[in-house]
Amino acid sequence: MTKPVKQIHLAAHFPGVNNTTVWSDPRSGSHIDFSSFEHFARTAERAKFDFLFLAEGLRLREQNGQIYDLDVVGRPDTFTVLAALAAVTDRLGLAGTISSTFNEPYEVARQFATLDHLSAGRAAWNVVTSWDAFTGENFRRGGYLAVSDRYARARAFLAATLGLLDSWQDGDLADGPGAGVFLNRTEAGRFARTDRFFDIWGQFNVPRSPQGRPVIFQAGDSDEGREFAAEAADAIFTRHGTKEAGQAFYADVKRRLPAYGRAPDQLLILPAATFILAGTDAEAQELSREVRRQQVSGQTAIRFAEQLWNRDLSGYDPDGPLPDVDPDVSQETIAPGRASVRAYTDPMATAAQWRARAEAEKLSLRELIIEVTSRPSFTGSPATIAATLNDWVQSDVSDGFILVPHITPGGLDEFAGTVVPLLQERGVFRTEYEGSTLREHLGLAPLPSPDRPVTAPR
Amino acid sequence: MSRELTSQMPGSPAALHLAVALDGAGWHPAAWRAAGIEPRALFTAGYWAGLVQQAERGLLDFVTFEDGLGLQSDRYNAPDPRADRVRGRLDAVLIAARVAPVTRHIGLVPTAVVTHTEPFHLSKAIATLDYVSQGRAGVRLQVTARAHEAAHFGRRTLPVFRYSQRGDPEIARLLAGLMDEAADYAEVLRRLWDSWEDDAEIRDAATGRFVDRDKLHYIDFAGEHFRVKGPSITPRPPQGQPVIAALAHSAAPYQLVARAADVGFVTPHDAAEAAAIVAEIRGDQEAAGRAGQTLHVFGDLVVFLAETAAAARERKARLDELAGEEYRSDALVFTGTPQELAGLLQDWQAAGLSGFRLRPGVIKADLAAITANLVPLLQERGVFRASYQDGTLRTRLGLPRPASRYAKA
Repeated sequence: MTKPVKQIHLAAHFPGVNNTTVWSDPRSGSHIDFSSFEHFARTAERAKFDFLFLAEGLRLREQNGQIYDLDVVGRPDTFTVLAALAAVTDRLGLAGTISSTFNEPYEVARQFATLDHLSAGRAAWNVVTSWDAFTGENFRRGGYLAVSDRYARARAFLAATLGLLDSWQDGDLADGPGAGVFLNRTEAGRFARTDRFFDIWGQFNVPRSPQGRPVIFQAGDSDEGREFAAEAADAIFTRHGTKEAGQAFYADVKRRLPAYGRAPDQLLILPAATFILAGTDAEAQELSREVRRQQVSGQTAIRFAEQLWNRDLSGYDPDGPLPDVDPDVSQETIAPGRASVRAYTDPMATAAQWRARAEAEKLSLRELIIEVTSRPSFTGSPATIAATLNDWVQSDVSDGFILVPHITPGGLDEFAGTVVPLLQERGVFRTEYEGSTLREHLGLAPLPSPDRPVTAPR
Repeated sequence: MSRELTSQMPGSPAALHLAVALDGAGWHPAAWRAAGIEPRALFTAGYWAGLVQQAERGLLDFVTFEDGLGLQSDRYNAPDPRADRVRGRLDAVLIAARVAPVTRHIGLVPTAVVTHTEPFHLSKAIATLDYVSQGRAGVRLQVTARAHEAAHFGRRTLPVFRYSQRGDPEIARLLAGLMDEAADYAEVLRRLWDSWEDDAEIRDAATGRFVDRDKLHYIDFAGEHFRVKGPSITPRPPQGQPVIAALAHSAAPYQLVARAADVGFVTPHDAAEAAAIVAEIRGDQEAAGRAGQTLHVFGDLVVFLAETAAAARERKARLDELAGEEYRSDALVFTGTPQELAGLLQDWQAAGLSGFRLRPGVIKADLAAITANLVPLLQERGVFRASYQDGTLRTRLGLPRPASRYAKA
């Protein structure tokens, strides 16, 4: 029996504040003017992408006690720019990253319900946690959450927010003004929730939105993250790795779903993916080398190395060898606010790997950093990239990709113009939107209305 | 004053500013029924875009959007279980952002509650509204003393009290504290809007620096209610300082207006009261060290308009009947013709108000009357613009664009 051909899901990530963006390229545009976001969103929608995606950070990054100035700095407020993008798009999903650490469920629930109403059902929420004490300095109670509690609060926050969104039923608003009844149920919005993290009750003040809830994303690589996603998310936003690592991750996550009564296609695996596209494969390889050197300057290489070594390395030559000292694991990170730093679970081991590779391949510090941090996910001609994307989806490495260009806002234009048509020709990517909500684009089953009891565990 | 009048002769009357307050289907509780509004319509983008575009065709300075952290209620300080009133609201900042790309000139001033929310979040939201609207953003700051709204957040408890208890010492202290918190909140907003200097983004390829970190500033605000480090994650807004507004009925909020706002909305019931309120605010303004700055004081009025005074009274009476009670407001309730309203506005302007925020009794009918009838009358009298000029909301209100307070001279 032949396996049915999977449809590919594609999304467009307007990059945030890391070194993916080559801001020195003359084609690089503003990362704050609305015209950039509008350009990017319209490109994605013309190419029939499932959604646009925004990351978020609630404090400017610092390193060695100074604001980090080598990458793009500055971004718009997530909810506000997505609401504006709802005005210049018609079908494109609007996915934003919103922290579960420095927000409150009542407000976030209002904002997502509103975004979903104002976009006629296209909102999505990437649920993340924030660095505590560092980010907390921008918020009322400062740092308040033990590191070990971050996930627990995130789960509680998500449950509380969804509870608020479910407090209104589809039939609560009356149909028309005739009988003078606005609300069919005056108890609409009533809620109460008490757990370790929240003690809230009252009445929620936004009626049920077209999707009912935003589509839920979770970025989870750890075991706890994968389990959280299997239980509660609609899509898992992962970092990109090798094909084999991707297949293992995919199989592992999908295997966790039956325990929650969920079918495999109800949790989409969507890795972030960078790409270098050129007329031929050879040109793309050359362009890739160029772009990676632009993304990792000598200064950037030193700063990246500092994030592993956790000490000031400004005295080292990026064109020289790796530092001969060991990483400093004894103290707080010198680069707070940076998610990638949390990924170095064993800095000593990583440093040893880097040294071994640099010696084997005769790499300078900068060259090594380029190798370990910036290899694009897909490199090649349109035909090569299209074939690879399709192969990965058909062989269950992923269900699609969240594409991140290195030039913004125009960096998606060529991809949309040359790669997407090839996927459409193969019959593995839509030529028109069929549905109007993001849930429909992603093939997610409609949510049961809260007034109908859920018969199976969700 | 506005320089937008195309023919401002010496000795001609000074121009006035006009804003409209948007809330549900209108300020009268039966507005939604009289206008035949389907409940679901109030939660669509099309409804709000249509209203703001209509206001823009009327050349109004700006619109405000009401909001709150709980369901609307007829009771002062408690929820009420009515089924026949508009219940439910979309987040006002997001409504403003949604209509920004489909409008070009009109100012967008959402209401934001400051009592349970984070100034860091609101500051970047309004800065972003300023970006997506190319310099037309403002915000109306509002406090909430409602115990049941505090319970939505669970971060603090407030006592339940009746309107008649507002003067009790404990309650007065509570309300004063909320006003102080609002003043601190406004200060944090302003500092965060200044935390990026205008030219912080340098894209200097030679040194590899995207920003000049010397032009990014910690605001290091430390107050009784919160501490905020900064800088903002969002660059300096196009206007530098988006417009801050506040509604005030008494001494404490007058002081908030005087300390922190660019526009105060006040609720006199006649010209003499208008003059007295303006005098009090100007006194507070001087005490706050802002004597040289432009601070607008607008009169809020609820308006029910019709071609004849009798027709207007009849409209209102019918609405009151539908609602089951006579409509009352903190603001003067004006029922009459656009001509009569124009006369009243000019009288109150002479008493010291620089503009007005009109609350349409029924948005459909009264916004139409404002834009199609009142505005032309005011234009004929030479006191209202004949067209929009290019510029931001600040320029329209005669407010200069300040440099960041952190920029070295």
